[in-house]
Amino acid sequence: MSVVTIQRKVLEKNDEVASVNRRYFAERKMFVINMVSSPGSGKTSILECTLEHLKSGLNIAVIEGDVQTDLDAQRVAKFGVPVAQIVTNGGCHLEAKLVNDALSSLQLSGTQLLVIENVGNLVCPANYDLGEAMKVVVASTTEGDDKPLKYPGMFHKASVLLVNKIDLVPYVNCSPDRLKKNALQINPTLKIFETSCTTKQGIPEWCDWLKSEVVKQLRA
Amino acid sequence: MHELSVAESVVEIIQQYVPRTDLNRVRCVRMKIGEFGGVVTDSLTFCFQAITAQTDLSKASLEIEHIPFAVRCQECGQESRPEFGTVVCEHCGALRTTVISGNELQVVDINLDDSLAEAT
Repeated sequence: MSVVTIQRKVLEKNDEVASVNRRYFAERKMFVINMVSSPGSGKTSILECTLEHLKSGLNIAVIEGDVQTDLDAQRVAKFGVPVAQIVTNGGCHLEAKLVNDALSSLQLSGTQLLVIENVGNLVCPANYDLGEAMKVVVASTTEGDDKPLKYPGMFHKASVLLVNKIDLVPYVNCSPDRLKKNALQINPTLKIFETSCTTKQGIPEWCDWLKSEVVKQLRA
Repeated sequence: MHELSVAESVVEIIQQYVPRTDLNRVRCVRMKIGEFGGVVTDSLTFCFQAITAQTDLSKASLEIEHIPFAVRCQECGQESRPEFGTVVCEHCGALRTTVISGNELQVVDINLDDSLAEAT
């Protein structure tokens, strides 16, 4: 047997394209977030609330990732912001190359905030850097408070946790405090907001913080 | 189920390092996969076999070394393997720790069957 020594990261190619994306965003002083969660946690609803709250003060664009349909892109388009839909056709996550391709189809001049909504999945998207500044993980109270224990990888890699559907706490078996404690045990630096897209609780706080991060990027 | 695209990336890496005429000599592909890497090794092995069947790589197989999740404590300086789903130092209970292993997802080396070298 002869041996070819390699020592290479398997996802190096994705990481290389992610670096290209990151340079593209930096050159344009664009702040980019990658929203991740399990299906049905409310990513698109939070995005709608965020657009409603921030679109008058910020230039925002959106990349939607879904396994099928452009239903989410249609929801976002109603806010009059540039939006591109990536349909993965069965793929369980977005890759940097898919985002790179989508960039060319978007009108991004003057965009200050780009939101990438990943495919609903708490496992696979954790491994694929898209070139974003940070991952924002959404965990809703209806999913229970043990999600960070079951899917630690995603909570470890995220910078922000939105505990969504906080208005439903009286009706579900979920302790938001336990959820937050579980998340902080795998990622002590997580920034956490409790949100509800129905009552709008926490939406102003989340949006104000997000806007301050965008402004930091503009001044960088 | 991103194991299929991981398997495709492994095949691409093999193709980059091994000349096309030698692909049929590839036997064992050694990998390191961290327990925190989010890859199900049985699925990866299955996907790798599925996409290499009836190709020049049909005799290749994956040999996977599992790397445990470990942290180094920023308070007491000691290394430990925390309970899965936490980064808490097992020695002093501190939360301020640095992950030192467990995220690996890499190809280490490729072993080629030399008995076929002369024939090609």
